[in-house]
Amino acid sequence: MNVIRALTQNKVAMFGFAVLLLLSLIAIFGPMLYDGSPWKMVQRPFIPPFANDRFLLGTDTLGRDVLAGLIYGARISLLVGLVSTVIALLIGIPLGAYAGYFGGWVDEILMRFTEVFQTVPSFALAIVLVAIFEPSVYSITGAIAIVSWPPVARLVRGEFLALRNQEYVLAAKLNGQSHRNIILKEILPNSLSPIIVLASLMVATAILLESSLSFLGLGDPEIMSWGYMIGAAKTVIRQAWWLSFIPGVAIAVTVLALNLLGEGLNEALNPKLSGKREH
Amino acid sequence: MSIQTLMYIGGRLIKGAIVLLVIAVFNFFLIRAAPGDPAKVMAGEAGATDELFLQQLREQFGLDQPLYYQLWVYISNLVQFDMGITYRQQMPVFDLIMDRMPATLLLTGAAFLMSLLIGVLAGVVAAQKHKQWADSFITVAALIFYATPLFWLAMMAALFFSVYLNWLPSFGMETVGANLTGFDRFVDIMTHLILPATTLGLFFTAVYARMTRTSMIETTRMDFVKTAIAKGMTPNRVTYRHVLRNALLPVVTLAGLQAGQLIGGAVLTETVFAWPGIGRLMFEALFQRDYNLLLGVFFISSAMVVLFNLITDVIYCVVDPRIELSK
Repeated sequence: MNVIRALTQNKVAMFGFAVLLLLSLIAIFGPMLYDGSPWKMVQRPFIPPFANDRFLLGTDTLGRDVLAGLIYGARISLLVGLVSTVIALLIGIPLGAYAGYFGGWVDEILMRFTEVFQTVPSFALAIVLVAIFEPSVYSITGAIAIVSWPPVARLVRGEFLALRNQEYVLAAKLNGQSHRNIILKEILPNSLSPIIVLASLMVATAILLESSLSFLGLGDPEIMSWGYMIGAAKTVIRQAWWLSFIPGVAIAVTVLALNLLGEGLNEALNPKLSGKREH
Repeated sequence: MSIQTLMYIGGRLIKGAIVLLVIAVFNFFLIRAAPGDPAKVMAGEAGATDELFLQQLREQFGLDQPLYYQLWVYISNLVQFDMGITYRQQMPVFDLIMDRMPATLLLTGAAFLMSLLIGVLAGVVAAQKHKQWADSFITVAALIFYATPLFWLAMMAALFFSVYLNWLPSFGMETVGANLTGFDRFVDIMTHLILPATTLGLFFTAVYARMTRTSMIETTRMDFVKTAIAKGMTPNRVTYRHVLRNALLPVVTLAGLQAGQLIGGAVLTETVFAWPGIGRLMFEALFQRDYNLLLGVFFISSAMVVLFNLITDVIYCVVDPRIELSK
């Protein structure tokens, strides 16, 4: 519980948390409460923000409601960010755990495999994957997960390498516990805190990746997203700069909030480590 | 160079070659995993209606042969830099990529140098003015650059410096129709380079600034620095000769990591600034659904990262002889 106390006393992290809470509420309930589709032509195009009472943030190049786009975009950004991170953890944690726990040739093979994925330019790989499997929420989420798991595997491997010769692990081995049990019940719980910190930062990176993909036209054609809005406004930046400015701010605020929370978590979970860093 | 160093470089070469082989095999299966006829997938929408072109692709890649034979054909073609022909440009994929390569090398190289220079400098200043306003300013700026999407930052920079202030060009690599030569052409390209290179490097500028700051502050508290101060060295001399030199080591390890990010980021920057490099080519391939070209760019950009990592590894082991060569 010390962790929660340390976190709640960290004003910056709490600010990030509050912003994320608000964004999540918008993502979950916004589309139900706000009356309006992000795709429908509702007014003449290029209404600037705050010029029309009904459409607060104005309309885009095709006369679509910008505020509706932002609300629906929050949903897809957070969803893709969270789900792809969970999948990346599900790939990276077992791989890293096996490599670190067993060592030897298992470690060698798994780490070579990880290295290939780390060498490949990740954004280019994500583009190739989404393009070939056709853009959809599923292919985007999957592609982001596939390019994001290597750091998890490396981190978990390092933790397992450091912990596998600790006395409590050796005791568990002498007790005749299965490898599975030792990995899941003894070592993993003790290496959770750096994984949590990394995961919070991964959600941020995933949101940036998703927006970059949809900016290039690789978004799900059925779903409005912030990156798509910027991409669609690219050609009219001279006439209507706000159309690309507003969704960009939304992305930056979301990612910043996640990073602030992640750093707060880092300080709360690894007080010694971050203390050393801060001086 | 010692035998040990040569063996180390040889080992790295083999490792790089294996990585490239894995990527090639991955590309091969990716085309076949995509829904539909592989010839049609390769041709993309551009050439899908031309039966003659599809036939040509089938023959070239042996698509009517068993899978292992196809893989063999694919890999042996690749080794000879043969990646097939793009339908729209009617040009070998490899030649098309090499045509665009210099522009990307210029852009990513400039972005790399800029991020390293500005980042390290900002980190040194932040560490020296630790807990003063310059430190806070640099820390906050780094936090913001961490969080902003690269393509958006690029667009905003173009909007501000090009559209609003009219200082810098934001389109292409040279002024269209100016036909400049010699020094004038050089200056023209450099002015076109400033915006794309700065925005592409900005993320890592922030990373370097934060790393240098942390690393400097840690090194400052080491005993040899205390000794240097105690024997009466001037503060600047201590900072640059003792602290910075040692603080830079962790920064160098990041440089290899940056290569992949720069190549990926180049797709976005080149798209925003219409920079005629391979990133822009990748975007065009996407737009035309030309998957053979897309995978070709992907393979070559991975090869660039492998090569860059090799170079940084070698530099690293020359700069810091303490590194174990066997690893």
